[in-house]
Amino acid sequence: MSNQSSVEIQTEWDIVAARQLGRNVAKELGFGTVDQARITTAISELARNIYLYAGQGKIEIQRLTENGINGILIIAADNGPGIPDVRKVMEDGFSTSGGLGAGLPGVKRLMDDFKIETTLGEGTDIRATKWLR
Amino acid sequence: MVQKIGSQYKEILNQYMQRQSEQNLYVGQNFSRQLISENTSPEDVISMHKAAMQELYEDMPETVWHSFDFLIEMMINYGLALQERQSLLQRQEELRMEMDLAANVQETLLKTTLPTLDGLDIGLLSVPLRKMNGDYIYFISDKKGHAGIAVADVIGKGLPAALCMSMVKFGMDSMNDSMAFPREVLNTINRIVEKSVDDSMFVSMFYGRYEAETSILTYGSAGHEPAMLYRAETGEFEELTVKGLLLGVSPMATYEEKEVKLEKDDMVVMMTDGVTEGRTADGFIDREVINELILRKKGEPAQVIVQYVYDELVRMQNAELSDDFTLVIYKKV
Repeated sequence: MSNQSSVEIQTEWDIVAARQLGRNVAKELGFGTVDQARITTAISELARNIYLYAGQGKIEIQRLTENGINGILIIAADNGPGIPDVRKVMEDGFSTSGGLGAGLPGVKRLMDDFKIETTLGEGTDIRATKWLR
Repeated sequence: MVQKIGSQYKEILNQYMQRQSEQNLYVGQNFSRQLISENTSPEDVISMHKAAMQELYEDMPETVWHSFDFLIEMMINYGLALQERQSLLQRQEELRMEMDLAANVQETLLKTTLPTLDGLDIGLLSVPLRKMNGDYIYFISDKKGHAGIAVADVIGKGLPAALCMSMVKFGMDSMNDSMAFPREVLNTINRIVEKSVDDSMFVSMFYGRYEAETSILTYGSAGHEPAMLYRAETGEFEELTVKGLLLGVSPMATYEEKEVKLEKDDMVVMMTDGVTEGRTADGFIDREVINELILRKKGEPAQVIVQYVYDELVRMQNAELSDDFTLVIYKKV
């Protein structure tokens, strides 16, 4: 079984494919229904951001093992415009007030670890991990 | 822990399934309070419900179990909204504490001590509507009997108004001239405000210069509420009106100046619009009302009169002010 797989995000339907991939992996790893829903919501959010703001990009799902604990890693990467003010988008109330959904703070809450790297004009790389407890 | 909560929930649910009484619903509601205090998210509650149902009624159709999974998916964003709310509440609390600190700093910064001056009995009071005060009383005097008294009001309230007022204070402090005439003071502060403050910020100010030797009050105003002069001889009030633009509107603004000689027991009343724009159920509190209040206590020391007017106006408005409130009364003795 490969421990890495990815979905290209170009249309809105690719968001569903990314969710499906994430859910399958989460289920195989043994995550319960609620955590599966959290992981797929995070994937949805990240894939939607790619679709809406970068136009296209990729969602990659990896299985992790660290100190005997299994986990799932979501990588959302795009070559879009980048995020001008990361601190602002990570602020509560910034994206939700515009009705955009959970936003990146939401993704951070849904997952255990969250890292973001973004460069203006080059793109954004977000990595979010959830560990199986 | 989760398991313990799960079995408690199952028990409470089971009670209700046996008997649909108000009592059992009440127990459930109390339990939900406990869950909220432990930050249990809605999706976890539904998951717990599904697990409990599976144990209590295992032979339900598959569609029922699927429906719970669907509901869990639906609830994830609600759970996030709840967490976001909690973190925003925390941030609000932090901001509140920061405001308290800032208000303390401002209070120390803008503190006006009750001045003593031969020949004048002075009373003053400045009460902010919210935490930060957008009104300011300035006072300066020297041993030769010159005094400058200013009342200023930033158009606006709260933090921006307070920051703006701090600057006006520093402007006045750096002039540090008890002999300065209203025209000079208003010109200088106008330039400072015009240059350094946001275009939407304006300050009104009434400035009075008093000379003990001649008992002459020279006054000027930058779009401020006219001060009132009470003449002891006639028992009448007259408005001290004088032309001048708000501070910060134009660097070209010029300020008119007038003078009046104070006689024994005459009173000058300087105030901000927080005093005159109070409202009661019957409408605005007009100047007549304020004059009336002052007259009732005219024999008392100025500070007593000021406090009385404030207390009465607050009482008339059911303890609700609508703006920062600042009142200065000085009486020639």
